[in-house]
Amino acid sequence: MTNVSEIRKKTKLIVKKYSGDKSALIAVLQDIQEAFNYLPKDALAAAAKALGIPVSRVYEVATFYTAFSLKPRGEHVVKICMGTACHVRGAAAIQDKMERTLCIKPGETTPDQKFSLETVNCVGACALGPVVVINTEYHGQMTMAKVDKIIGKIKEGGAQS
Amino acid sequence: MKKITTALDLRRVQEDLKKNFDPSKKLVTICAGTGCRGYGCINVKEALEAELQKQNMDVEVRATGCFGFCEKGPLVVVHPEKIFYQQVKIKDVPDIVSKTVASGEILEKLLYRDPFTKETVLKEEEVPFYKKQHRLVFGQNGLIDPTRIEDYLIIGGYSALAKALTEMTPEGVIDEVKKAGLRGRGGGGFPAGVKWESCRRAHGAPKYVIGNGDEGDPGAYMDRSLMEGNPHSVLEGMIIGAYAIGASEGYIYVRNEYPLAVLHLTLAIAAAKEAGLLGKNILGTDFSFDIHINKGGGAFVCGESSALFASIEGRAGEPRAKYIHAVEKGLWDKPTCLNNVETWANVPIIINQGAETYASVGTEGSKGTKIFSLVGKINNTGLVEVPMGITLREIVYDMGGGIPNGRKFKAVQTGGPSGGCIPERLLDLPVDFDKLTEVGSMMGSGGMIVMDDRSCMVDVAKYFLAFLQEESCGKCVPCREGVRRMREILEDICAGRGKEGDVELLEHISTGVADGSLCALGGSAPNPVLSTIRYFREEYDAHIRDHRCPAGVCKALITYSVNAEKCTGCGMCVKVCPVQAATGEKKKPHSINNDLCTRCGACIESCKFDAITVE
Repeated sequence: MTNVSEIRKKTKLIVKKYSGDKSALIAVLQDIQEAFNYLPKDALAAAAKALGIPVSRVYEVATFYTAFSLKPRGEHVVKICMGTACHVRGAAAIQDKMERTLCIKPGETTPDQKFSLETVNCVGACALGPVVVINTEYHGQMTMAKVDKIIGKIKEGGAQS
Repeated sequence: MKKITTALDLRRVQEDLKKNFDPSKKLVTICAGTGCRGYGCINVKEALEAELQKQNMDVEVRATGCFGFCEKGPLVVVHPEKIFYQQVKIKDVPDIVSKTVASGEILEKLLYRDPFTKETVLKEEEVPFYKKQHRLVFGQNGLIDPTRIEDYLIIGGYSALAKALTEMTPEGVIDEVKKAGLRGRGGGGFPAGVKWESCRRAHGAPKYVIGNGDEGDPGAYMDRSLMEGNPHSVLEGMIIGAYAIGASEGYIYVRNEYPLAVLHLTLAIAAAKEAGLLGKNILGTDFSFDIHINKGGGAFVCGESSALFASIEGRAGEPRAKYIHAVEKGLWDKPTCLNNVETWANVPIIINQGAETYASVGTEGSKGTKIFSLVGKINNTGLVEVPMGITLREIVYDMGGGIPNGRKFKAVQTGGPSGGCIPERLLDLPVDFDKLTEVGSMMGSGGMIVMDDRSCMVDVAKYFLAFLQEESCGKCVPCREGVRRMREILEDICAGRGKEGDVELLEHISTGVADGSLCALGGSAPNPVLSTIRYFREEYDAHIRDHRCPAGVCKALITYSVNAEKCTGCGMCVKVCPVQAATGEKKKPHSINNDLCTRCGACIESCKFDAITVE
């Protein structure tokens, strides 16, 4: 676990990168999320202070955009594409299967902090539908059988996807 | 690259680059678009490079922008013969190098085979998928490495900018764009030249131009492929636009989900600056212009202009009322001209070709070409660039190759969540801005999702409302609450709890939602519902009156059964069923207990004998 002073220090450096520009708030939050894999409460407070804006505004933005997570996310973020092309090719069945396999619902993280499950409104890889993106890797033409295979492989530690 | 200081200098640099580029030289291009990357094209590229080195051959392997034919990726073209290989795997690499690259020998098994005539096709342009396309904007994707500005300059890149800056006045550029009849490619279809002119005339400084790359429509990915595959064409269009409007600063707003687009645009901006094509005193003139990149935060509503401005300003993306247009008060309350990235990419073509030639393609009210993403239940998925006015039938059958697995075409959905579903009887409709609107759909950004008889239209309407409810920013009550109520009604219908009068109630709420919302998200939110009611009313009635889902999708209204004649008793369904609903003795027909069955579909997927039927 990263400690509070380290979070504050890192956040200040990020804000400095944007010269304290208030309009860079979204970019600042994106960088914070990249550094910590989520938006820690202390980082949000530190960002507000460094940018000279109320904490409420930081929270307004942090909760408005779906790309941000206020909860720690797992080591592997599993995103199921819910775009129209994936939907008509059976994305809902893939989601059901993924929920059963990981034993979590979208927005949740497994107790061992290994996997987080998210749904995305189209990842823009429609030709491959149904698509699941794990971290940065695209898995196209998904089937329920493939869900077990891919997750099994990651659990074994074989694929660092 | 050294700085280019005049228009003449640019021509010299282009000529020099061309001299070093021998078109008869061997070259292997490989598509590195998102689709092909998903199929592992980067590994194929590395294997090609390693194999060429192993066989002591000095041949460049170029990872290019998206070719468009995503269905058959990874795609490889061997030059100069232009031999087109599809579905290339690492194990094919040694043969490609030792046979095709070395001596031009053709590997039949890697060629595209026409599924109807069974004949193989040698070149890309001969593949039916490409034959009727008119690849004005997208054609160069397959030739250039998007990370190298030199590749763009060789094919005449930035010539249009030089022409505009040295031979044309800003008003002249605007006139040309107006004459060309260019309309906004992001969905609205507003005439670009008119917008530019109002922005030029507006008072206030500085002025901004914005490239909208927040491609949020589910089922559309052409903007992504354009930004990833040919980023300089977008930049060149924006720089020309800024010159015409009198803007000094520009932004490109890109979706958070497109990291590769962000990377390629960042590299392109840096290279253009270094070459003196962007920044202070472009090409030695007194025109200066700079472009920044903003990454979105994953909010669909930010594709709407005023919400997008709010997002660039670092706020939550809520749209505002538009009594005052963005061209007068947009970003930071300054005159702002926002166009979709595809619109911007059309601008250099107009300047190079002249308005007349450009306007010779298309229909009365819609000029030029449009890129569509042809996806869903279709044989050839991918990106197609077609002249405006082509019929839906040509797109779906001639390019798309029809519906897979011998199923029947039901509808094509265009315009994303703001659009509608177009039924079979309208397949001969010419595709342009006005015709699509007439039939209750819209052009939108260019998603074209094909549906077959296993797609339930009530479920599709429910899907879009669920999407819109999630993405509604919540500012206008009719959108926030109305869409939620409509979704609930549709959920009831899909769950078999539909009542007589539900359809009429949906229509009634639709009016309120459309009239009472500030932005296009709410204003057009009822479209998917209204268009499915208009063309597929009988499906709604089947759900409500007969408690039946004709397409076999809505879980509460269907049952699974085993066809005893087809079932071999292999036991696969028993193995995969998560709730032990599928049972049976080995080698004897199995059965499914519908009280236990959750209709997850696992048994259908696993059955090799097509023995499970849905009713």
